[in-house]
Amino acid sequence: MATDAHTEGSGLSFHPMDQFIVKPIFGGDEFSWYTPTNATLWMAIGILAVVALLVLPTARRALVPTRGQSIAELAYVFVHKMIEDVTGKDGLKYFPYIMTLFMFIVISNFLGLIPMAFTPTSHVAVTGVLALAVFLTVTVLGFVLNGTKFLGLFWVASAPLALRPILAIIELISYFVRPITHSVRLGGNMMAGHAVIKVFAGFAQVAAVSPIAIAGVVAIYGLEVMVAFIQAYVFTILTCVYLKDALHPSH
Amino acid sequence: MEGDIAQLGQFIGAGLAGFGAGVAALGVGNVAGNFLAGALRNPSAAASQTATLFIGIAFAEALGIFSFLVALLLMFAV
Amino acid sequence: MATETHGAAALDAAHGGADMASVAAESAGMPQLDPAVFPNLIFWLIVALIALYLILSRVALPRIAGILSERHGTIANDLAAAEDLKAKAAEADAAYNQALADARAEAQKIAADTRAEIQADLDEAIAQADAEISERAAQSEKAIAEIRASAVESVREVATATAAELVAALGASADDAVIAKAVEDRMKG
Repeated sequence: MATDAHTEGSGLSFHPMDQFIVKPIFGGDEFSWYTPTNATLWMAIGILAVVALLVLPTARRALVPTRGQSIAELAYVFVHKMIEDVTGKDGLKYFPYIMTLFMFIVISNFLGLIPMAFTPTSHVAVTGVLALAVFLTVTVLGFVLNGTKFLGLFWVASAPLALRPILAIIELISYFVRPITHSVRLGGNMMAGHAVIKVFAGFAQVAAVSPIAIAGVVAIYGLEVMVAFIQAYVFTILTCVYLKDALHPSH
Repeated sequence: MEGDIAQLGQFIGAGLAGFGAGVAALGVGNVAGNFLAGALRNPSAAASQTATLFIGIAFAEALGIFSFLVALLLMFAV
Repeated sequence: MATETHGAAALDAAHGGADMASVAAESAGMPQLDPAVFPNLIFWLIVALIALYLILSRVALPRIAGILSERHGTIANDLAAAEDLKAKAAEADAAYNQALADARAEAQKIAADTRAEIQADLDEAIAQADAEISERAAQSEKAIAEIRASAVESVREVATATAAELVAALGASADDAVIAKAVEDRMKG
């Protein structure tokens, strides 16, 4: 059985990770830090898509919105309301930053679902920079706004005194792993979804199981559309939660 | 299949770390299920708590991400 | 399949020596963990984020915020205007009802007046007619009395003449005065 699978499997060629390879768009294999790559290309396409979604349809400033303008307003109100609900009114100062993060992630995720596309958010380097930016901003902001009172975040005043040092260590650890979970959650979800689609597509090379494989690709693609949005939402809402910690450090 | 014993250990460890992802899935399911149970008791309050739901899911999932990370590190980075 | 590539990677590593991790990452397909691409990705990511931030904060967000607040203003204005118009409509309704009631009262008054006038005219006409009728009746009565009187006179003449003829025919002679007296007596009887 195992040998059968192996001999059959040896005819298959799986390259589920090839879609994540960064390569220069203008040919060649060598690249340095400024070479335009496919990542650059798809980030640029993402920015153009944001412009097409948020800037162009609102150019007429119609009182009764057109379809495109409704989408732009929907995106605006969605993020605006999320910040207001989670961090309160004083979080709205940081609305443009959070909107930038949200739009970049959601557009990258959705564009990555186009076949042959490159997904910048599937790279841990990219999501790591995003998460580190959030982490550093929140930490600096917390100390600037609250001074040493920001350390009260780790000193759980409502717990019994004996437990507080232990809780402080746990809180400290969970604070510093935030950028890791924050980034790996997004990058891992994107990577895993795309890789699974590729693996299923690889099974379609076997004629006997290809209908099932193609149905599986369709099903997982639908799931990935959902995941693409939910992960952008989760990233943004966690940013809001961390921002709330910086603005109101008391538990 | 030739490789040294360290690589064997890495792959076994990575596979074991995969269990962590499954257990995190249980946690996420628990969060979502309890949310649904509460939402069905009091549907009018459910809409205001979806953000909390996602935050809870994210925290539950964070530990699953650790096992995923451990698996990746064992597979590719150690 | 994957194990084969890893096996190959392990062989490479065994041959190549120290840097096993990077070889494994490159050949076994985790492009995410290849440190060679990090500077490139991070550089372009930062460029993209700054561009996106500038686009959003300078153009898109103020514009959408303007549209939304404008719409809020317009809706509030429209609601106020609608409230105004509603009050005006209620006012107009009241005025209309008032006018209707007034008109109805007026119409009733006019009808009553007209009725009274007609009644007066009618009474007058009836009185006039009555007067005329009684006058006519009196005239007729007078005419009848005259006719009757003249008839009686004629009858008396005829009776006197007839009586005189009869008396003559019977061969008797009678005085005119006697005959007239006799006729007069008969007629009274």
